Amino acid sequence: MTNDSPDAALRRQIAVKNFNFYYGKYHALKNVNLEVFKERVTAFIGPSGCGKSTLLRTFNRMYDLYPDQRTEGEILLDDKNILDRGVDLNELRAKIGMVFQKPTPFPMSIYDNIAFGIGLHERLSRVDLDERIEWALQKAALWDEVKDKLKQSGMGLSGGQQQRLCIARGIAIKPEVLLLDEPTSALDPISTMRIEELLHELKREFTIVIVTHNMQQAARVSDFTAYMYLGELIEFGVTDEIFVKPKKKQTEDYITGRFG
Amino acid sequence: MPPHDHASKQYDEELDAIRSRVLRMGGLVENQIRAAIAALVERNVDQLARIDAEDHLVNAFEVGIDQDCANIIARRQPTAVDLRMLMGISKIVTDLERSGDEAAKIARMSAAIYRNELRRVPCVGEIREMGEIAVGMLRAVLDAFVRQDAAAAALIVREDLEIDAKFQGIMRQLVTYMMEDPRTISTSLEIMFIAKAVERMGDHAKNTAEQVIYIVRGTDVRHVTIDQLEREAMGGSLGLGEEASY
Repeated sequence: MTNDSPDAALRRQIAVKNFNFYYGKYHALKNVNLEVFKERVTAFIGPSGCGKSTLLRTFNRMYDLYPDQRTEGEILLDDKNILDRGVDLNELRAKIGMVFQKPTPFPMSIYDNIAFGIGLHERLSRVDLDERIEWALQKAALWDEVKDKLKQSGMGLSGGQQQRLCIARGIAIKPEVLLLDEPTSALDPISTMRIEELLHELKREFTIVIVTHNMQQAARVSDFTAYMYLGELIEFGVTDEIFVKPKKKQTEDYITGRFG
Repeated sequence: MPPHDHASKQYDEELDAIRSRVLRMGGLVENQIRAAIAALVERNVDQLARIDAEDHLVNAFEVGIDQDCANIIARRQPTAVDLRMLMGISKIVTDLERSGDEAAKIARMSAAIYRNELRRVPCVGEIREMGEIAVGMLRAVLDAFVRQDAAAAALIVREDLEIDAKFQGIMRQLVTYMMEDPRTISTSLEIMFIAKAVERMGDHAKNTAEQVIYIVRGTDVRHVTIDQLEREAMGGSLGLGEEASY
């Protein structure tokens, strides 16, 4: 744990209250209540189909893209309900960035990959833009590897580098929250380790929520862990507690591999 | 026992193997203690020498089991009750090994007594009684370990108080004895060390009981009052139903 203790001066970033989510008739998330704390890493774990990715995607309303969906309850970001109709999605997604399972660099140069995202949200002078791009690449621990080839295509990077490029793109707009949906499942162990290392650095400035199938990854990188099953939040708590002394039998069965 | 099996059968087998190895080590230590005290009572010098010579078997168990724990941790990244089990076992084998050392120590000191002293040796009967309690505690704690029974483990912690009281009694008796006849001082001191060794065995059984409570309940009860320990062992914060009841 890089912060002294996970509960030292906890400040709330996101509060999920009595939240229900439906895809058509399918009740995908059932009365979820949860808090995500500022500058901490929160991990969502659980078997496939438990709703962890769906919950993550509600935080920046990615689900608006799905047909026939419906929500109940509230998700407060800095005390404003992001589910309200009037919410400007561009503004919301500038505050809450997202990185996906497979690296998704745009077919353009490394520089433009990052500049593109910034351009959607703000106008910067050339000098400021250069500075911002270097800052983002530094933060994503990619700068040293790409500083001499910023004009080359982002598609030419290795998988691990591409994912760090996506993280750089995500943080270049200076969001408050970074959502990561299985960010290392397509990467080799060394690239995975670098991303995990990066999360430790990034949580000094950003709130991070990560969905992972790799339980040990959740144990390594997160301060808080939420275990979900069949659309319900079974247990949420400090990661050390969840992995050493979980309160619920169901959580214990899952994390010890007695599930199935 | 945890209620159901891992998705990995191999993992179950590894954990079962290490648990049964702990039990075999415990059985060996129990035999060593029993034999040491019997040989003290019976003045069986040959048996005393054999007990001292066999201590290395106990040591080998400790090293081997710790190695097994390290291997499982490295390969399986255990969590929750599995993790606590391995952490607990690693501490339990230390206490078992030390109990084995105490048995060897009793054997060596008894042999020293019988080399010089052929007359009456004081307090042997009391030491035998203490030894019976210590062996009983060891048996009970290994049983609590197998059954993952925190409540049974808590009873053992209380039993240690009885051994401590008996030890104090032996001390008082020996002091009187030495004052009456200073020629008995050397033998009395040996006996006092033997009594101390048995008293330590009680402590090791108590430590093991605390580890059983940790494994089952997830609460570290090493430095709490006996009342707190009993509350934790009985399930304190854990409720019924949905909550874990392992």
